[in-house]
Amino acid sequence: MNVETVAARAETPTQGLAPAMPKMSIRNLDFFYGRFRALKNINLDVAERRVTAFIGPSGCGKSTLLRTLNRMYSLYPGQRAIGEILLDGDDILAPGVDINMLRAKVGMVFQKPTPFPMSIYDNIAFGVSLYENLSGRAMDERVEWALTKAAMWDEAKDKLKQSGMALSGGQQQRLCIARAVSVKPEVLLLDEPTSALDPISTAKIEELITELKEDYTIAIVTHNMQQAARVSDFTGYMYLGELVEFGETDQIFLKPKRKATEDYITGRFG
Amino acid sequence: MTALHRKRLFVNRMNLVISMATMAFGMLFLLWILWVLFAKGFSALSPTLFTQMTPPPGSAGGLANAIYGSVMIVGVATFISTPIGILAGIYLAEYGKNGWLARLARFINDILLSAPSIVIGLFVYTVYVMQVGHFSGWAGSFALALIAIPVVVRTTENMLHLVPASLREAAVALGAPMWKVILRVTLKAVRGGVVTGILLAVARMAGETAPLLFTALNNQFWSANMDAPMANLPVVIFQFAMSPFDDWKSLAWAAALLITLTVLIINILARTVFRQSAVR
Repeated sequence: MNVETVAARAETPTQGLAPAMPKMSIRNLDFFYGRFRALKNINLDVAERRVTAFIGPSGCGKSTLLRTLNRMYSLYPGQRAIGEILLDGDDILAPGVDINMLRAKVGMVFQKPTPFPMSIYDNIAFGVSLYENLSGRAMDERVEWALTKAAMWDEAKDKLKQSGMALSGGQQQRLCIARAVSVKPEVLLLDEPTSALDPISTAKIEELITELKEDYTIAIVTHNMQQAARVSDFTGYMYLGELVEFGETDQIFLKPKRKATEDYITGRFG
Repeated sequence: MTALHRKRLFVNRMNLVISMATMAFGMLFLLWILWVLFAKGFSALSPTLFTQMTPPPGSAGGLANAIYGSVMIVGVATFISTPIGILAGIYLAEYGKNGWLARLARFINDILLSAPSIVIGLFVYTVYVMQVGHFSGWAGSFALALIAIPVVVRTTENMLHLVPASLREAAVALGAPMWKVILRVTLKAVRGGVVTGILLAVARMAGETAPLLFTALNNQFWSANMDAPMANLPVVIFQFAMSPFDDWKSLAWAAALLITLTVLIINILARTVFRQSAVR
């Protein structure tokens, strides 16, 4: 791990913010793909208006963990989560929870950009109109607001009627972030949002994440440890379905408590 | 150049020659059919085809009633089969998946897909024509719809399987209910392919003769009544081509050419639609 990266961001004033309150609390969480136990007794808090990163080798369960936070897994029969995930104190795994309302509060951006087969404008209006009945004017404003939030407005304002699929990969991903933000969620889940992008687009998205945490609680899964070090306030290292270590990012990268964590972040893993 | 290299070149050329020859053999008959159709049918093409009725033997006439009948029967059949086929395809791909009901439906659909059309004609004859006591355009449409539905079901399901799971998940992640995800995102992503399937089903229906013999039969006169026997191009070809009258024979050629051209145009249209949607 590049110590300078960590040292540089350690000076950025995370400390200046108010102390972090838990937005989501994960308690004794187990997850099963059929009979395979992919998550083992996970316990952690996702802090409000902070960035929480999950790192670890492929197959360690970090994406699985993220997909329990908006119950994305419930699309697939045979996948189930056992335990508690409290969002503002309410258990989202409890029976009778309105999954669609949950997903309105907990948005998600995926590894591969996934623009819908419609215009840039409609890509955003689609999500907004699920929850709000806006007039044409108000919808225009919302689309502009969301695209501005995702640092896409300048690039998109002259081609709102064009297909979202005609954009470049980095632009598509920012469109997807705009789409996720447009429904005004409280939490944003980012599942390796930059792994399909070039370094410049990646830098833009990382900058964006830092801006977005002013308003949103963010959980990000990444393969890139430098990225976790750059953008996150808290980091969890996962291995074989277990949360090996969780803490403030600086502590995890500079003074890991567990040997396994240190081996992974220094590249001596395996 | 080594001996091995020469041998490989030789084998390669042999294979090329054999595959070209078999392709030429297949193309030969296709072009032959088209050639005969054009040679015999082209001279019979005239504007009166579209204005006059099918004539009695020995007098001049056209195909207006048969063209109208074919368009109506195929049109109604398309109208019936498209929604049923698309909805069934959506069920199989998005809801049923690998459940027992979906697997059963898929199996039956595959059987229907390859069922001989004459069997379908006999079926509609038994359950509809015999019950109401007369041939009709409706019966023809039902028979053709039964032929088209499995085609549309199959293409819709196959197309929906092409939609990446990530796109479906992205729509679901916004909190959209399943039906909105399907109608506004997944189905929309493959609409070109679905339209292609419908067009190919229409092309298939346009040339079907056997089911219409048992259902719509034929009508020598102008009839826009779907509840009565109705003229249509395939049955006119069947009847006129077998007759000893030269006028009728040349009308049969003209009708055959018309159907072939229509199917050709539909196929080209289907390819263009599919290609355009694939590019986007």
